[in-house]
Amino acid sequence: MTTNVTMNAQAAAPVARQQSKIIEIKGLNFFYGKTRSLTNVNLDIHEKQVTAFIGPSGCGKSTLLRTLNRMYDLYPGQRAEGTIAYRGRNILDADQDVNMLRAKVGMVFQKPTPFPMSIYDNIAFGVRLYEDLSKGEMDERVEWALKKAALWTEVKDKLGKSGLSLSGGQQQRLCIARGVAVKPDVLLLDEPTSALDPISTSKVEELISELKQDYTIAIVTHNMQQAARCSDYTAYMYLGELVEFGVTDQIFMNPARKETQDYITGRFG
Amino acid sequence: MMGEHSSKQYDHDLEAIRSKVLLMGGMVETQFLDAMTCFRIGNIERAERVMREDDAVNQLEVQLDDQCSHLIVRRQPAANDLRTIMATIKVITDLERIGDEATKIARTAKSLHSRGAVTVNHYEMVRTIATATSDMLHDALDAFARNDHNQALQLIAQDAVIDHEFRSIMRNLITFMMEDPRTISAALDTMWVAKAIERIGDHAKNIAEYVIYVVEGRDIRHSKSALTATGAATETKED
Repeated sequence: MTTNVTMNAQAAAPVARQQSKIIEIKGLNFFYGKTRSLTNVNLDIHEKQVTAFIGPSGCGKSTLLRTLNRMYDLYPGQRAEGTIAYRGRNILDADQDVNMLRAKVGMVFQKPTPFPMSIYDNIAFGVRLYEDLSKGEMDERVEWALKKAALWTEVKDKLGKSGLSLSGGQQQRLCIARGVAVKPDVLLLDEPTSALDPISTSKVEELISELKQDYTIAIVTHNMQQAARCSDYTAYMYLGELVEFGVTDQIFMNPARKETQDYITGRFG
Repeated sequence: MMGEHSSKQYDHDLEAIRSKVLLMGGMVETQFLDAMTCFRIGNIERAERVMREDDAVNQLEVQLDDQCSHLIVRRQPAANDLRTIMATIKVITDLERIGDEATKIARTAKSLHSRGAVTVNHYEMVRTIATATSDMLHDALDAFARNDHNQALQLIAQDAVIDHEFRSIMRNLITFMMEDPRTISAALDTMWVAKAIERIGDHAKNIAEYVIYVVEGRDIRHSKSALTATGAATETKED
């Protein structure tokens, strides 16, 4: 008799699905002035998992990411409707402390954005805003963050040098270290490797799988293979709507929606 | 059936692989028919053609494997494209094996006829299984060409019939051999041929299973659902 080992896409999903939801998005609409750019998005982000957002330019994936720490608040005329419950509390409420939120939900951008200061201060700057640490504690924190971002061995002898003197890949990892240093809960990565070469890219990807031991990560990427490599869950968005959301293996092996399949197989447009 | 890729070259590469697989399918189908003709009427020339053809089939296997790995490295196919390529790589292997089985039949037929050790009804013995297998192989290639998972599902059921037929042939031949030991040599040859035909049926069934994987994304090999889908859950199958 043959043994019954079924390896279908569902069974092959490696993810423990009983992970708790850290962020629950319900009925989210987003407006740039009068233009609606997100329509009724419903999505759960699971704790200590990597969630990737894919979709063509202008589909709203970066906008969605920017709502998760209310980055859009910095611009007039932009507003969000609906609920984004972060650990059970709606962060879209007017009385939400936005600074505390951004300390908990950190963000790394497409282009490396080191501050024009020393490598050490790039890390320490954010920490000083939220915590009052002694010199020794701060040294420890800087070293810890740089180690988390897999940058420590490369910069430990030149912490006083300008952050701008680093290579692009190192700068991006410096930004990730800066994000990690304030000990956030969630890291939002908005196309973190689109300006990097393949070696730096694979270092950042390696970092993502390291970081998810401790953090919840949401990543926007144009590189579909990157989403397939790094993430546990994938969301496909198109024209401001969430088309499909599911376990990454499932999305890339056997998506439920034809639109998703057309996009990931390059039959788009 | 499917929309086109933004990259025309990608479509072109996939299509090139697909038509080559179908060409290979046609070749092994002919090999099988030729081998059976030789077994039936002792046409030695046909047998030799089957053996020559096998080299060409083997070459196609190598070329197709290469084309598939190139497509993977250049395009990183996903979803249905990935399933198509995965299935194609496996189909190629099955086709090559079918070619080998057909060659085996041709060789046995040639030796059987050249020894003159032919019993009157040796072809009659395998006629049913040969026709069923030939139909099944043809339909499996057809289902693969058209991505027809319903046809594929029906084919899987047919394999149980072939397996059953093979066991019945075996019982028959044993009876012959016990009754008259002079038939042993020819009976054994006939049994090898029947076994080869039955194996071709298994390979055709594999192809049908890959079609279901391509279309539905569900791998039904060695699964309960495959057996229940074919109503053969109670049948035990030994290889």
